[in-house]
Amino acid sequence: MEVMPKWADVVLVPLISLVLAMIISALVILGIGEDPWAALKLMVQGALGSPYGWGYTLYYATNFIFTGLAVSVAFHAAMFNIGGEGQATLGGLGVALVCLALPWPHWALALPAATLGAALFGAAWAAIPAYLAAKRGSHIVITTIMFNFIGAAVLNYMLVNVLRPPSSMDPASAKFPDGTALPSFHDMFSPIIAFPKSVPANISFLIALVACLVVWLLIWRTRFGFELRAFGKSESAAVYAGISPTKIIMGSMLISGALAGMMAINTVQGEAGRLVLNSVEGAGFIGIAVALMGRSHPAGVLIAAILFGFLYQGGAELALWMSIPRELVVVIQGLVILFTGALDNMVRMPIERVFLWRRRSRQAAGE
Amino acid sequence: MTFMRSILGAAATMALAAGAALAEPALIYDLGGKFDKSFNEAAFNGAERWAKDTGGSYREIEIQSEAQREQALRRFAEAGFNPVVTTGFAIAEIMGEVAKDYPDTKFVNVDGFLPEIPDNVLLISFQEHQGSYLVGMLAAMASESDTVGFIGGMDIPLIRHFGCGYAQGVKSVKPDAKIIANMTGTTPAAWNDPVKGSELAKAQISQGADVIYAAAGGTGVGVLQTAADENILSIGVDSNQNHLHPGKVLTSMLKRVDVAVYDAMTAGPDIETGKSMTLGLAEDGVGYAVDENNAELLSDDMKAAVEDAKAKIIAGEISVVSYYENSSCPAYDF
Repeated sequence: MEVMPKWADVVLVPLISLVLAMIISALVILGIGEDPWAALKLMVQGALGSPYGWGYTLYYATNFIFTGLAVSVAFHAAMFNIGGEGQATLGGLGVALVCLALPWPHWALALPAATLGAALFGAAWAAIPAYLAAKRGSHIVITTIMFNFIGAAVLNYMLVNVLRPPSSMDPASAKFPDGTALPSFHDMFSPIIAFPKSVPANISFLIALVACLVVWLLIWRTRFGFELRAFGKSESAAVYAGISPTKIIMGSMLISGALAGMMAINTVQGEAGRLVLNSVEGAGFIGIAVALMGRSHPAGVLIAAILFGFLYQGGAELALWMSIPRELVVVIQGLVILFTGALDNMVRMPIERVFLWRRRSRQAAGE
Repeated sequence: MTFMRSILGAAATMALAAGAALAEPALIYDLGGKFDKSFNEAAFNGAERWAKDTGGSYREIEIQSEAQREQALRRFAEAGFNPVVTTGFAIAEIMGEVAKDYPDTKFVNVDGFLPEIPDNVLLISFQEHQGSYLVGMLAAMASESDTVGFIGGMDIPLIRHFGCGYAQGVKSVKPDAKIIANMTGTTPAAWNDPVKGSELAKAQISQGADVIYAAAGGTGVGVLQTAADENILSIGVDSNQNHLHPGKVLTSMLKRVDVAVYDAMTAGPDIETGKSMTLGLAEDGVGYAVDENNAELLSDDMKAAVEDAKAKIIAGEISVVSYYENSSCPAYDF
């Protein structure tokens, strides 16, 4: 029997964790002599209070949905994929190669091809650590994290020596042809909601939502998903049931890598329109926190991703309009991760006790 | 649909948020951050000096992500800041595009390059290879082992450009000298990784280097520290870093980003734009630092030789090859 009702587990615990993180953040902001209430108002208004804010919040959220789902899928198979960063980096390379290969006439053609390119490159980058884990027993955490650095080096080499236009000294690819430009929220919603022209959120957000649904179907509604979860719960039981570990490890990691790689359609094709050195900027790692916070469930990942999108965009507003150094913005983001992810049980256990006590007293009254 | 309601409901507040015109300058630092002890900090110092001299105030931001480049440019322009000064080559491209949407705002960038410069954009670049050539000469003259080191941030053309000028300077004094060059990393963290800088410095020392030039932003702090600990000489970059370890830093390759920012802010909204400006030895845009911290390290012969070379570079008698010219370096193979 569950100790807590479902709503308390899903809503109350994360909410209390969030409030605790906010209280400590407020104390820190007070400590440097700024007004925490004004800071909070600025963050909420800057990130959620206007189409402009949402345009950025959902842009960041799109990245985190993809990387969060990537970590979640692997996590269900008890694989800890720390390599989202590298897989997304390579995904960016895939998008750039696809976009620059042909003079695309229309985004509707370019988008599926670029998505495929991103997914293939991301999956390929996950394939090597996955193979090593399945066949040689190499630890997936170590290999995937090392592949992040190799991925960064590959990208650096490609940009400086191969993709950089000869006339430019900036280590970035050439601008993609106009036919690859994805419709932004401004183009998509302009008659109904007035998103400013500059907001980076684009149609990839919808692809991210579809990805949430597909991942949910995959994990909970397919035979492979069942095998994957069974393997994640107990490897020996799964093997006894005739499930091939190689198939699960390779399958889960390839899907995970593909999801991480698909992040690049948002940043590389949607926002920048060219490939730059730093297009992933830590979203691969944030994906781990998003997956932890979202309990590796697509719905949870979606909500957690939007929360982190809020933190990113709200943090940018803080940096723009208050004298709050960017290091402190990182502190605030870190506190939220700490409380909602790592210190989950600190909040959960007292609340469980409260519910237990209430139930007991109710039972006692009934008797 | 609370989501929809909050979007619609707050559309009005957005319209109010666009503030009144202030005509204050704004400064956008590159990803390395304001206190990198070199490139961005030089910009900060220039802005602070301007604020002190004029009593004016300015708005600044240290960006954290690529998407924030455009965001910060647009937000500052919309809020009426003028001119908007930016550092680092990475923002130049997007700045060129944003500038077209705000014809009344002047945009200034340090280090950037654009094939076509909009009317309201000023690009300032520096002849880093000339300054690096001079400190390369000093390094070669100060070296007893005839082995000198170079530690860059990331392996990008700009840093090869620094290293190439340095190598040419070294070879001009000692054609047989050995040059060891290392790059710190492959991610932007390489610009702010003093620990890695320290390790690279130790590795170069073990290979015999006794003067090391760091062109790696905040990473250089670790290089200079290790050089001082191991009792060899180092060369700082961008800002004057001689004071970090008095008597241990041979000199610093000055890149007067501070002067560029100061001048841009002083000129204010009337700044002349629509062009690019290149500051070299002749304009005192680059140079080598001499102060009380390194006076004992530089002998009169050394100074005379470098001053002579400086005059010849300005006169065009010595030509320091820029890595940018054909993406290769005559003195060192990157």
